[in-house]
Amino acid sequence: MLAFLQDFFRQLAEDYPRWNFIFFHDPVQTDRILTGLWVTIELSVACVILSVIIGVLGAWMQGSHLRLPRMIVQAYIQFFRNTPPFVQLLFFYFALGQFTPTYSPDGWLEIPIISNVGWAIISLSFFAGAFNVEIFRAGIEAVPRATVEAAEALGYTRLGIFRHVVLPLSFRVSLPALNNNLVNLVKTTTQAFAIAVPELLYQAVSIWNDYPSALYPAMLLLFVVYILLVGILVFGMHRWERAMRIPGYGN
Amino acid sequence: MTKKLLAATAVAALLTTTTAAIAAQCTNEGWNKVMSRGKIVVGVKADYKPWGFRNSSGELVGMEIDMARDVADAMGVKLEMVPVQSSNRMQFLEQGKIDLMIATMSDRDDRRKIVGIIQPNYYTSGTNVMSPKAVGLKNWEDLRGKPVCGKQGAFYNKIVSERYGANIIAFTGNAEAKQALRDKKCIAWVYDDSSIMSDISSGDWNDYEMPLSSEDDNPWGLAVPLGEKNCVFGQFMAGMSFNWLQSGRLIELEKKWGIQPTAFLAKEKERMKDWLDK
Repeated sequence: MLAFLQDFFRQLAEDYPRWNFIFFHDPVQTDRILTGLWVTIELSVACVILSVIIGVLGAWMQGSHLRLPRMIVQAYIQFFRNTPPFVQLLFFYFALGQFTPTYSPDGWLEIPIISNVGWAIISLSFFAGAFNVEIFRAGIEAVPRATVEAAEALGYTRLGIFRHVVLPLSFRVSLPALNNNLVNLVKTTTQAFAIAVPELLYQAVSIWNDYPSALYPAMLLLFVVYILLVGILVFGMHRWERAMRIPGYGN
Repeated sequence: MTKKLLAATAVAALLTTTTAAIAAQCTNEGWNKVMSRGKIVVGVKADYKPWGFRNSSGELVGMEIDMARDVADAMGVKLEMVPVQSSNRMQFLEQGKIDLMIATMSDRDDRRKIVGIIQPNYYTSGTNVMSPKAVGLKNWEDLRGKPVCGKQGAFYNKIVSERYGANIIAFTGNAEAKQALRDKKCIAWVYDDSSIMSDISSGDWNDYEMPLSSEDDNPWGLAVPLGEKNCVFGQFMAGMSFNWLQSGRLIELEKKWGIQPTAFLAKEKERMKDWLDK
């Protein structure tokens, strides 16, 4: 079956020189696409988890009685929401990358302890996290004041109220908006291309640079893969949304 | 899924073949467009000193920009320049975003199938690396398993990684890649020897050297859209190229931009010498 498909795509490339699906019949290119896909998935999963954690923490700090944590969160949101993620990525990698400790395997190279993949995860998570804070805040504000007062009356601490009452309720309200932001985040991982993170776009561009005949097929592949990746994410989020539904709460 | 993909492919392939068939009849569309609007749009490099770069006031200047101006003057039209990247220059030309591409492109067999690369070739360069003197590279084999910075779109990235096992980290632009070399994120920067030579002679890279012997010497070609190659535009550009080489204009430009004289241009000048010249 595999050999048949390989032959088919090899023949297709011969008949239509602009449609060389090289990654379906050349094992080296297949490997490049697969490693790229794997890096993209790693990057997406890490960023999604980290950005949600940042969102929850930020929303919690925002409800603080103290001014300092509120100001820190506000400054963080303003900085990350109001600058382009692309610029953040370049700034993190090239400017902040200068100040991270490095180790040297051979006396010349200075391998930073945070690699380009690391910087991509940090930068993209902080970017999406800034939006997540606002999304969770909207959810928190939707929790009726009376519910919080009832919990206070029962003797809950502030942290207890947040963990057991406010967060579970607000999370359900926030999910649709969170869903949107995470979809955007997965697509934004392609920008890591700029700092040479070998993710899917990087590998696809490398392939069509090496083989100009593979330009259209590689672009097509990018579309198909991202539709699938985002589709899986959206499917999972919807399942989650349904599983967490409280009858009578929300819609 | 696969079925749909195949259907889409078949439709798209059909479209490409039809356009190719029309183009073969010489509509001279590109040439006529340039003449009727009185302006030629040329794709050039903006980060490849001194072939195409921005001077301190932000204007595009360089050897290839002078060539583009020669073309515009000969056609009697205005010149507009669009900076292109190695990874998008052929697509820009195919889509008609530029009429002509003079962008340090190596003339490769697979590229000739995509764009109309003009003969005779106007320049040549080999592959080499710029590396810190402290690293002390001796031969290409020293690159095996080491991180080497490169640029997306250069054809030799693949060769260097396959032949010598170098771990290529390819950036989108020269500036990013060279910054990564300065930041010690790689032991070398693999690029055209001609460009590396002019970097080193610029004085900004005093602690760096070009320690290896150049490989894969490859002529450069300027390009018109594929359908124009054997029509007015392509024939005209072939004539421009011939005159540039025969008259010694390119040798003159090489001198003007402080590029080390290449044997290639001298040889081509000799080869195309007018038989009546003494």
